[in-house]
Amino acid sequence: MRGRFDASLPVMILIVVLLAVMVILPMVWLVIYAFADPAGHPTLANFETLFTDPSFADPLVTTLILAVSVSLVCALVAAPLGWLVARTDMPLGRTVRTLVMASLVTPPFVGAVAWEMLAAPNSGLLNQLWRLATGASDDDVLVNIYTLEGLIFVIACYTFPYVFILVANALDRMPGELEDASSMLGARAWTTARRITVPLALPTLLAGTLVAFLQALNIFGSPAILAIPSGFHTLTTKIWSLFEFPPKLELAAAAAVPLLLLTVVLLRLQAAVLGRRGYAVLGGKYGAPRLIPLGIWRWPAAGLAMLVLSLPLFLPYAALLNTAFAPVSSQFVTPATATWRNVRFTFVELSSTLPALNNTFLLAVLSATLGGLLSLVIAYIVARKAIPGHRLLAFLATAPLAIPGIVLGVGLFVAYTHPPVTLYGTLWILLIAFVTIEFPAAYQQFGSAFHSVHPELEEAGRMLGATRLRTLADITAPLLRSAAIATWCFIFVGVIRELSAAAILFTSQTKVLAVLIFDLKESGEVGAIAVLSLTTVIIAAIVITVANRLAGGRAANRLRVAG
Amino acid sequence: MRRRTFAAGALLLPLGARVVSAAPAAEPVTPALIDAARKEGKVTYYTAMDLSVAEPMAKAFEAAYPGIKVSVERSGAERVFSRIGQEMAANIHHVDVVNSSDAAHFIVWKRNGWLAPYVSDAMARDLPADMLDADGTYCTQRIHLSTIAYNSKLLSPADAPKGFMDLLDPKYAGKIVKGHPGYSGTIMTATQQLSRELGWSYFEKLAKQKVLQVQSATEPPKKIDAGERAIAADGSDYLFWLARERGRPIEVVHALEGTPQISNPMGIFKSAPNPNAARLMVAWIMSPEGQQFLVDVSGQYPASRKIKPKAGRPLLSDIKTLREDAAAVEKQADQIKAQYTRYFKV
Repeated sequence: MRGRFDASLPVMILIVVLLAVMVILPMVWLVIYAFADPAGHPTLANFETLFTDPSFADPLVTTLILAVSVSLVCALVAAPLGWLVARTDMPLGRTVRTLVMASLVTPPFVGAVAWEMLAAPNSGLLNQLWRLATGASDDDVLVNIYTLEGLIFVIACYTFPYVFILVANALDRMPGELEDASSMLGARAWTTARRITVPLALPTLLAGTLVAFLQALNIFGSPAILAIPSGFHTLTTKIWSLFEFPPKLELAAAAAVPLLLLTVVLLRLQAAVLGRRGYAVLGGKYGAPRLIPLGIWRWPAAGLAMLVLSLPLFLPYAALLNTAFAPVSSQFVTPATATWRNVRFTFVELSSTLPALNNTFLLAVLSATLGGLLSLVIAYIVARKAIPGHRLLAFLATAPLAIPGIVLGVGLFVAYTHPPVTLYGTLWILLIAFVTIEFPAAYQQFGSAFHSVHPELEEAGRMLGATRLRTLADITAPLLRSAAIATWCFIFVGVIRELSAAAILFTSQTKVLAVLIFDLKESGEVGAIAVLSLTTVIIAAIVITVANRLAGGRAANRLRVAG
Repeated sequence: MRRRTFAAGALLLPLGARVVSAAPAAEPVTPALIDAARKEGKVTYYTAMDLSVAEPMAKAFEAAYPGIKVSVERSGAERVFSRIGQEMAANIHHVDVVNSSDAAHFIVWKRNGWLAPYVSDAMARDLPADMLDADGTYCTQRIHLSTIAYNSKLLSPADAPKGFMDLLDPKYAGKIVKGHPGYSGTIMTATQQLSRELGWSYFEKLAKQKVLQVQSATEPPKKIDAGERAIAADGSDYLFWLARERGRPIEVVHALEGTPQISNPMGIFKSAPNPNAARLMVAWIMSPEGQQFLVDVSGQYPASRKIKPKAGRPLLSDIKTLREDAAAVEKQADQIKAQYTRYFKV
């Protein structure tokens, strides 16, 4: 044999142990708690409570209504918008794509806070403007965010980009010849669209709708801001409220189980739907799709797209800027009234700001680096079938996709608040949570990147006597540079957006920005919230811009949403 | 409905009549304590007080004793309580000094043996007997009220409610904002007092008034200031007054039925990582300077007999207040949360 040590086996063992700590143990503890009473005896009582007690059954029903509505709204908005961008000569198409991506950087709780500023029934800026414009009375309300419809709207604002990206990408790849053939056979544009384009895009749209359903099902940030003032709980906020004193961990674990099961089932369904897409693009190479001329509708279409984008982007950020510099949150800022008071309060007076910034930055950098490395190594092993057991690795690496953040939070909490391993109260438990939440998507990114690197190059390295790790470092890694940078960014942004697991796992010394904003919400410190939200988004924007430079402009294009 | 008026001094029965005092001897602030506190260099203060008061107070302490950094951990008192319970259960010790608007918490923490007795000389000298725990494990830091208030731009004084029962008038439907006893100690304490005086039917009917439900007692003042709702059914009175003193159109209503009173005890944890800085901070807050600072910055009612209430605010003795009963809150808290959730759905 070669005289050098091949690290494959230790690496494999290390990864399996890591994944066990991150994924398996928390889920095992979650299930144990779900089927136990507070004394630890096995019971089904938790599930009985869950489905019969109205304080649980109502949130369950609310959550299902919410998820169905959000996914429908997302499909209805994303499909036409994706079609306009991918298949028509609408101007500003590239700008629209970039802006949709940008809206994904917005943490859902920030979006919810901003929309509260815009559409609170009385003090909301939009309602004030509307009254000003129409002369309506003080009691008249144009939009009311404190309703189930309001919550559906806000969640849809930050969920439709997922559907949009899937649909637009699918339409980009769709063979133009099929449509050409249809028009050559005399079909009119709308017939072609109905008979060819829509059926071809339908599986992707369905898959995207399922993604939206899952997002809405498991989202914590937006309902955490809006559900209580609206007078209802969703399942995620209800689970969170069970951590109030005295904590009812058994019920929290039991309430997490339906979310977990539903997510697993729907992901399988989505995989099945996407798997069928193959029939559309069998065989051969196709030309770029023909763009449909919109004629006089070109600019109105672009206007419509911008109008849609004002909902997740322009309006909320205008509101955040307004509140950040307003003396009273509900007033419109003028140069005469603008004040630095909120900025000073946030960065000078508020003693939690700097520790939270530090923790966030540290955790985001560590998660991105470690999560990136872990996903890179696993993706390599799986792509090259490097070691026996690579199938198990592939499964473990994608399994966390099926674990909602709040469920993982509960699982980690019940697994690591007691001996033998007590991690609660440390940054480690947050690091585990963030890496677990983010790395499956990173793994999928690397997985597809590896498919574009020929194994022959690596085999050459191996034949010349290099170990597997050396080959990886010298040959494969440079070829994956832009994928690696994009993945790093993706995890970094994902971490600073994350609230659901952090809200359960933080302690006073391990607060992150998202949790600080959430805490400030409780006492209604909207000025500081606006400043911190803008800070969060500015940090994300800087990181993405720098990474884009490093990756030669390709990172942003790769920042794709994982199913 | 029972209606009772209490003199200001007799309000803090919950803190217990002193039977046999096991309190430690009063300690002056010695150079040795200051030195030891400086060596620790920091102190963590868990509180439910509004940040606009807590952070300036922390800065004032830092200015009085340079070299000691205060980190303020602010959330609603019920969440402070949950957090401390979770942290203690996991053997995590972050909290040095704690201050809660739910006095019942101190009954629990004392019973658990978590509180370290400490009596500064100012506490022994200046506090009325009923504001200092018999064993010296906690003392009243300041007093505030949970009042009704309204935005006078949205509601004329003639139309304003005079008491809690008035809030049930259909004309106020959709105009009320209210804090939540599951998050706020002020509201928990007030809910116990109001359910005792008015019965739970008051809350059952109030829940039908399309109330905007917020969490902390510090938020209703901000919501009526922003004009989101005209009337706050409850909330920390000092924030209403501070807004009014900034020139905002806020009017405070002391309800006909009586206004809930909150005693805001403060104590030191035995497991405090910075025990000397903790003592120094408590000694400073309870000193005439600390108490004067709290009055100046917020106008809350001082615990110390040496300090006069803020000029321009009504005297506590002129307000009809309701009796605070921490022992009852301690027994009823879970039931209060459950009952409240049944009516208000969250």
